Amino acid sequence: MYDIEKYYQAKDVADCIRALREDPDAVIISGGSDVLIKIREGKMAGCSLVSIHGIPELEGIRMEDDGTIVIGPATTFSHITNNDIIKKHIPILGNAVDQAGGPQLRNIGTIGGNVCNGVTSADSASSLFALNAVLELTGPDGVRLLPIQEFYSGPGRTVREHTELLTAVRITRENYEGFGGHYIKYGKREAMEIATMGCAVHVKLNADKTAVEDLRIAFGVAAPTPMRCTKTEESVKGMPLGQELLNAVGKGVLEEVNPRTSWRASREFRLQLIEEMSRRALAQAVIYAGGEIHA
Amino acid sequence: MLKVIKMIVNDKEVELAVDEREALVDTLRDRLGLTSVKKGCEVGECGACTVLVDGEAIDSCIYLTMWAEGRRILTVEGLKGPNGELSPIQQAFIDEAAVQCGFCTPGLIMTAVEIVGTGKKYNREELRKMISGHLCRCTGYENILNAMERIVEETYKVVGEE
Repeated sequence: MYDIEKYYQAKDVADCIRALREDPDAVIISGGSDVLIKIREGKMAGCSLVSIHGIPELEGIRMEDDGTIVIGPATTFSHITNNDIIKKHIPILGNAVDQAGGPQLRNIGTIGGNVCNGVTSADSASSLFALNAVLELTGPDGVRLLPIQEFYSGPGRTVREHTELLTAVRITRENYEGFGGHYIKYGKREAMEIATMGCAVHVKLNADKTAVEDLRIAFGVAAPTPMRCTKTEESVKGMPLGQELLNAVGKGVLEEVNPRTSWRASREFRLQLIEEMSRRALAQAVIYAGGEIHA
Repeated sequence: MLKVIKMIVNDKEVELAVDEREALVDTLRDRLGLTSVKKGCEVGECGACTVLVDGEAIDSCIYLTMWAEGRRILTVEGLKGPNGELSPIQQAFIDEAAVQCGFCTPGLIMTAVEIVGTGKKYNREELRKMISGHLCRCTGYENILNAMERIVEETYKVVGEE
């Protein structure tokens, strides 16, 4: 039995927002793989829950007429990984969420919960940063769209208002078409592990596949929130594929990140991971984008 | 507060009053007597409480029973043949000596049911990843993987699909 004081199952989005308005202490529960564990550990004992589990309008993945991919926040990790639209257009995201927890957790954990927890180690977050995902937040006064880069306000904190619900994760066509992307997770074990470091690189090459046209480098656990290395990205645009590019990226990102020492790893080790993982993720992303970097 | 829910457990429709705060593992064990579902870590790490919900393997310790309304739940008890026979998956675990203390076995068998249900063939490395949500402290996993390989192979021969 969980130590839950109040439990309400919302019928739809509007009902959820109404329930949140009525109870200023209510916490949203979706898949439960974070919230229920926090309750079990006593961190949220006696909490009030508003469940959005099983609300059909929050699940599923579709493509709009202009090519925008819309992911329902309650879509589970395994459904994202196995979805045909994701496999075809943004395999980086399907691959990233396939590294969260273990198989049973991926059958319940949702992308919306992963993002709304606000944790820097979320496996989906760095890929969503690299994809310039836009979050659709629905509240009592309507809908607002927010780039994911503006969503995180600190460790475990986001700018989502108490009465707001994440109702969609949107990725527009210009942010995936022609790109190749790769996410690398570093953890002590290969499964059931929280990322010590996560790195997502998304790259678009020029027409003859010899130089970088567009590049996005994003990290989880390199700072209190997931982050992009925009200065490095800008500095290497147009550079030909080669060792020099890898060096520029590997060294460049070190100037932008701010990892901490925790029980999982020291700051120094994380900096080493950041340099090496950005190089490896870029080299692999280049291959996915149709090019090659000769070592 | 008790709420009445309906779900289909091992192909039988059940209607019962449960507490809103109840985890599915407790409902299955304490109210329905399905003790193949083991309680291990209770935080979704060990996989001992794995059951299928609408065909997908989940940790029933971190799943509220309220969410099971209208869904199909399958536990090891539901694998039993009409005359009490073991399922081919259970037999594969026996034939490969994939069981020692047996605590992780029901969960692993349910994951095997999910894997076999896809009708696809998986290599050992893929299977290793697919059972990574289970902890076994006896076997070192090798015989479990042997059993998984055997049953996946046997199923593929029958229903094979690339």
